[in-house]
Amino acid sequence: MSMRQMELEVMRYDPEQDDEPHFQSYSVPCEDDWAILDALNYVKENIDTTLAYRWSCHMMVCGSCGMMVNGEPSLTCKTFIRDLPDKVRIEPLENFPIERDLVVVLDDVMEKLRMAKPFIIRHDEPPPEDQEYTQSRAALYKFKQYTMCVNCMCCYAACPQYALDSSFIGPAVLALAHRYNIDSRDQGKSERLDLLADHDGVWECSFVGACSEVCPKSVDPAAAVQQMKIDGAKEWWKQKLGGGKS
Amino acid sequence: MSRQPYVRPVSKTTWYMRNGRYRKYMLREVTCLLVGVYCFLTIWALAALAAGADTWNGFLASQQNTVMVVFHAFALVYFLIYQAFDWFKLAPKAMPVQLGEKKLPDRYIIIAHYVAWAFVSLFVFWLTGVI
Repeated sequence: MSMRQMELEVMRYDPEQDDEPHFQSYSVPCEDDWAILDALNYVKENIDTTLAYRWSCHMMVCGSCGMMVNGEPSLTCKTFIRDLPDKVRIEPLENFPIERDLVVVLDDVMEKLRMAKPFIIRHDEPPPEDQEYTQSRAALYKFKQYTMCVNCMCCYAACPQYALDSSFIGPAVLALAHRYNIDSRDQGKSERLDLLADHDGVWECSFVGACSEVCPKSVDPAAAVQQMKIDGAKEWWKQKLGGGKS
Repeated sequence: MSRQPYVRPVSKTTWYMRNGRYRKYMLREVTCLLVGVYCFLTIWALAALAAGADTWNGFLASQQNTVMVVFHAFALVYFLIYQAFDWFKLAPKAMPVQLGEKKLPDRYIIIAHYVAWAFVSLFVFWLTGVI
């Protein structure tokens, strides 16, 4: 396995000592098949044990190792050094407060996730205990791509609307709400409508589309938001014409 | 240990200079200025038309100089690149079509928009006596 010497410029911030973040460089001997996360682990294990960052699975499932790699929101476990120049700048995800080094505060998005009711809501009687809610494959494929989201929050780091106004609900949460709205088993669309059609909901999105471009799981939050705008407009007209909420 | 999260500042006026994606988006959005100019031109043209043949001919003459011809040519090309092409490209996101278990490829939705655009253009040309 061939080795390559790389320079990692890592943003550091110690809330107990620093007034603001600064960069620290590490020279790391990297193997060709390493991802950026491997290089960070090398730093942590061999050079500087004080470096703080989140990671867990190293296989694009947990969504916890999202960071800015050369200015691009990325999952560091799937960002390979063979695709990068010799000098790489690593920063915490943009648009979130920095807790420490590469760790960001995600409380805001976690609260919004709860408000979007990302679970199946039923009003009808449940099926008998020995039966399940049935769903055709066609109905599943309508929303399947949205189930791939791992909540890495790269889309929030790419969203200029969230950067300018963090009251915006934002791409991943809206995409997740849309995922349940278009699930044939769900009956909770009207319960999500007030939140999503509100000032901070879908209408805050100006369709930059960066969220979908950076998504490491190829989810398309921008599409979800535009489809919800159409749904919201239909509901508005229905209410205006006396149809009431669906 | 005390928590003291650091909030990075975001410029309200220069945020779109942060990367190429945002700059491209702003180039699309800035077409609203051209829409504004065209609204003004349309109102001016209607007022001239209502005022009689002489005023209308005066309006037409005012459009037949180098500055206005360059403006119209620039506006047309700019609209094509940053409005029509861009929005048509994004249309499948807002209007996905699913046929059974398969999603209709985006290119069909985009092509349908171009075909509709061509028909509307031909209708307008026919209505105004160009063809």
